[in-house]
Amino acid sequence: MCQECGCSPDTTRKLLDVRRKVLEDNDVWAERNREMLRGYGVLGINLMSSPGSGKTTLIERTIDALRGRCRIGVIEGDLETDRDARRIRQRGVPVRQITTGQACHLDAFMLHEAMHNLPLDRIDLLFVENVGNLVCPAAYDLGTGMNVVLLSTTEGDDKPAKYPLVFRRSELMVITKSDLLQGVDFDPRLAVQEARAVNPLIQVIVLSSRTGEGIGEWIEYIERGAKS
Amino acid sequence: MHEFSIVQSLLRTIGRYAAEHSATEVSKVIVRVGPLSGVVPHLLRTAFDTFKEGTVAEKAELCIKEEAMRLHCDDCGRDSGVSSPMFRCQHCGSLRVKACNGDELILERLEMECP
Ligand SMILES: Nc1nc2c(ncn2[C@@H]2O[C@H](COP(=O)(O)OP(=O)(O)OP(=O)(O)O)[C@@H](O)[C@H]2O)c(=O)[nH]1
Ligand SMILES: [Mg+2]
Ligand SMILES: [Zn+2]
Ligand SMILES: [Zn+2]
Repeated sequence: MCQECGCSPDTTRKLLDVRRKVLEDNDVWAERNREMLRGYGVLGINLMSSPGSGKTTLIERTIDALRGRCRIGVIEGDLETDRDARRIRQRGVPVRQITTGQACHLDAFMLHEAMHNLPLDRIDLLFVENVGNLVCPAAYDLGTGMNVVLLSTTEGDDKPAKYPLVFRRSELMVITKSDLLQGVDFDPRLAVQEARAVNPLIQVIVLSSRTGEGIGEWIEYIERGAKS
Repeated sequence: MHEFSIVQSLLRTIGRYAAEHSATEVSKVIVRVGPLSGVVPHLLRTAFDTFKEGTVAEKAELCIKEEAMRLHCDDCGRDSGVSSPMFRCQHCGSLRVKACNGDELILERLEMECP
């Protein structure tokens, strides 16, 4: 570069049309995960939500409901602790923990490594509990067969409009903690309508892990997914 | 905040293309960000300016092309812009609306200095 004007007499400027997804690297691993799960006949379910919406509790409920019918494995994504993994382990199912440290989401490569440490040949259903965060996890395809977003009645019905991506990328929205609907201003109709503005095909189940309301419908939904 | 990890992927990709074309320097990076992508442009810029140092894109200018969010109304058939986090038709108030935009996050173009 010349000192006077900053021009670069000895180089030429080249324009390159790239037109590739920025997260292409992640998608390559997601595709590998998809193939791996397909190969073992495992349905992967990526659970995404804000912190505390009831992901771990729902997994626990599901393990109890499907005991003897369906072999479950769990991968727990957590920023720091292994508390959720310990909760699941107590239920006697294989579980692997991914401690993400700084990263506020799981990516497909992290999941890939964790999957290698699970007995996939002895699992029918693999739950992946993503890091509690309504924004970042949605940007990373993990290659699971199903993406599910949980929205609890205590966090407000405006979340689909505020955080549209996760609702766009999920096939199912589970409205959790329905037992608390009485005490909060949560309008399920509004939440569903706004979610459908960005994803017209999104399915909805309203449930409570506490009372068991809607759990039957949830179990049917994932069993249907596991068969197809 | 995943703009940092997005930028790391972006810089890896840029590095790959720069090497392929033996570029000495990348001067401009053009990225397209859909309004449903969940990416906050100014955070992306901050992350880019932080992480570009010491890479081939050290002097690069990041150009972010973003569209304004728009909704189409199924009731009155008109489009409206969205400013508040509320998916409602600005003309008739209907909630039966669909987002017109996408969630893309694309590296569109690179300007490189090549020998
Ligand atoms: N009332 C009520 N409380 C619930 C329900 N499901 C979960 N909870 C409570 O909500 C709190 C958080 O539940 P978790 O299952 O740990 O939530 P999580 O999404 O796994 O949280 P993170 O992993 O930290 O993101 C706990 O105190 C649960 O007991 C429900 O259906 N009804
Ligand atoms: Mg949890
Ligand atoms: Zn984040
Ligand atoms: Zn209208």
